Amino acid sequence: MATVAKSPIKAKHQRLVLLIVALVVLIGAALLAAWALRNQASYFYVPSEIVARPPEPGRAVRLGGMVEKGSLKTAADGVTINFAVQDGKARVPVTFKGIVPSLFVEGSGVVAEGKMGTDGTFVADNLLAKHDENYVPREMQDMSREQAQKVMQETK
Amino acid sequence: MIAELGLAALWLAAALAALQLVSGALGLTERGAVLGGAVRPVAVVQGGLALLAFACLIYVFSVTDLSVKLVALNSHSMKPLVFKIAGAWGNHEGSMLLWVTVMGLGGAFVALVEKRLPERTMLATLAGQAFVSLGFYAFLLFASNPFERLSPVPMEGNGLNPLLQDLGLAFHPPTLYLGYVGLSIAFSFAIGALVTREVGPAFAKAMRPWVLGAWIFLTVGITAGSYWAYYELGWGGWWFWDPVENASLMPWLAATALLHSCGVLAARNALRAWTIMLGVVAFSMSMIGTFLVRSGILTSVHAFAVDPQRGTFILALLAIYIGGALVLFGLRAATVTEGERFAFVSREGALVVNNVMLSAILGIVLFGTLYPLFAEAMGAKVSVGPPYFNPMSALFAVPMLVVLMVGPLLRWRRDKFGRVGRGLVIPAMLVVAGGIGVLVLGGVALLPWIGLALSVGLGWASLLPLKGRNLRRTPLPIWGMVVAHFGIAVALFGMSSESAFSVEKLVAVRMGEVTQVGPWGVKLDTVEPVAGPNWTAMEARLLVRYGIDGKVTRMLPQSRSFWAPPQQTSESALLTRWNGQLYAVLGGEAPKVDGEKQSRWQLRLWWKPFAPLIWIGGLLIALGGLLALLGRVAADVRRIVAKDKIAYRREKQGR
Repeated sequence: MATVAKSPIKAKHQRLVLLIVALVVLIGAALLAAWALRNQASYFYVPSEIVARPPEPGRAVRLGGMVEKGSLKTAADGVTINFAVQDGKARVPVTFKGIVPSLFVEGSGVVAEGKMGTDGTFVADNLLAKHDENYVPREMQDMSREQAQKVMQETK
Repeated sequence: MIAELGLAALWLAAALAALQLVSGALGLTERGAVLGGAVRPVAVVQGGLALLAFACLIYVFSVTDLSVKLVALNSHSMKPLVFKIAGAWGNHEGSMLLWVTVMGLGGAFVALVEKRLPERTMLATLAGQAFVSLGFYAFLLFASNPFERLSPVPMEGNGLNPLLQDLGLAFHPPTLYLGYVGLSIAFSFAIGALVTREVGPAFAKAMRPWVLGAWIFLTVGITAGSYWAYYELGWGGWWFWDPVENASLMPWLAATALLHSCGVLAARNALRAWTIMLGVVAFSMSMIGTFLVRSGILTSVHAFAVDPQRGTFILALLAIYIGGALVLFGLRAATVTEGERFAFVSREGALVVNNVMLSAILGIVLFGTLYPLFAEAMGAKVSVGPPYFNPMSALFAVPMLVVLMVGPLLRWRRDKFGRVGRGLVIPAMLVVAGGIGVLVLGGVALLPWIGLALSVGLGWASLLPLKGRNLRRTPLPIWGMVVAHFGIAVALFGMSSESAFSVEKLVAVRMGEVTQVGPWGVKLDTVEPVAGPNWTAMEARLLVRYGIDGKVTRMLPQSRSFWAPPQQTSESALLTRWNGQLYAVLGGEAPKVDGEKQSRWQLRLWWKPFAPLIWIGGLLIALGGLLALLGRVAADVRRIVAKDKIAYRREKQGR
């Protein structure tokens, strides 16, 4: 580009060059973004889906369902909990290390963020429970409408 | 009574906005020129009325007038006064009223003080401002009336989301809104310039202080919001790429680009159409952010209400304003005359890189934020998080930061690397030394490694523009640039250090037991119940000690239960040292394992080396903006005073 200074090109051409450079970068960014999103977006599963078609181990996904009654156990270290999430058709064991949200109890809805382990256990990094009226994970909102009733009856 | 007064003021303000739009538009024609004189006073009164409406809302919230539906839904008589007042904007309707109030005040302020531009451009600008305001007034009055009455009057209100009952909230949204909506002024300026085809250095110089002002508030708002999320959510993170955080980041990215391209336009009369475009994009991002947050289309702490009517309404407004502005841009951009040319190696060249990279990051963030919506339309439920945003934005941020080391040293128009090369030897060596140093320490991921190495060199390079200058006579805007760029280095160092060296510990401990996290020894002394005005809590007393022989300090994390609405929050405890922050969260009581007598409590502890630098850096960036703004405004005032003096003398001599 050093030649630009020596042999001045027309203003119109410079504008064109700038425009093309900007477009190339932005389109490049868009393509990269599309590619990365395919690989990095974290999909939402309910237990029956994750059992039928498990995602490859190590891929970040989210699992939503009802916490099965009587499945919640705290390990000896006091901070690791194990429970099962079910949707009435299938159940998935989940393990989580951390402080659970206050509204996380057996029989309530939960969305777990994490990865599927090789042994079929879901390893959660984060649990989202229903916080309050105005803040409900969207998936859970649908779920409670579609499935909660049925699930609640079965778990009772 | 007060609620009705507020509603009346709101209607009047909307009517005046309509008048401002019509008289501004007619004022541009020859026959309506006489109407042009009305535009500025109308804009001022409109701003005043919007402020009056907002004051009325604050009043009904502060006395907890439960006959107003909004108060009953979002407030509670047993709440500290400051949170009653903050509750006025801690909900959908109130925050939208704050939005139009800021917008009205912004327009009023412009009408009062902006005298540098040709009057025709000002008329078009104020008409544009009124046009945008009008849509939001309509939205308030027809789809989200904040003053709606409720009958019968309930005994007690529902209360405010406890997460929002925090001093951070009292200041975070108004600050952010001043920034968001302040960008509407840049938008209106762009519209005004497109309508009258007056794009040039004078236009950029007039617009720059307004953009700077909005940008400062945005920067402070984002910094404060990040700190709020950090200590209030108790998750130990400071940025979650939550849609709402992205909604505030996108206008900031666009405004940052706009600020820099304004500099090019003002100094060199280049990048004309591009600057106008950025003015349109910046406020469009504010509106898209509002749509995402307020329509309830995305889940977030900030998404107050899910109401499809409102979502559609805002979407229609978006289509009208963004679409309209883009059409106007498309029609007029070709007639905006050519800018000046410049060489690739020049200050303008570096700023173009800055602009393109910022736009690319903006695209990445926008794409990632909207993707879940597209995916849901296709029937897949996805969410996009840090694994996407971090590397993708770094891909463009890193080259931009490298150019940032060189750019401020280059001359306008044309320069050679040879001239500035020698000054950059030390920063380059610092980058290499930093990189090797962190590599020796080991165990650091790629991105924090790049960040740490880069931040050291950038910190040095950002100070170079001061070299060889008389520091006392250096103009304020130069100081502003140096401080802001140094702030970027500081924040980058904080972010990288936080993600590279943080130590986390999650344990269940008995009282009297000691646990180690990083260099700290933490002893759980007692756990006792405490009570506040509208909550009760379990409070842990932790005795912490840095190293083996450090002073023992107390930390008091709480696990709070609010009763209106019923909800639990963890109040984290923070202990700041010069080299980092200790972060403690109290969880619940761990279930007793068989045969155990004493109960164990869950503790989550983090040692975050140099984490506070993230927000100190953010504030430095804003301070840099403030210095630049003061410098520009002072220069303008001096020029006006000098002009008046000359005029005065001439008048005297003429007599």
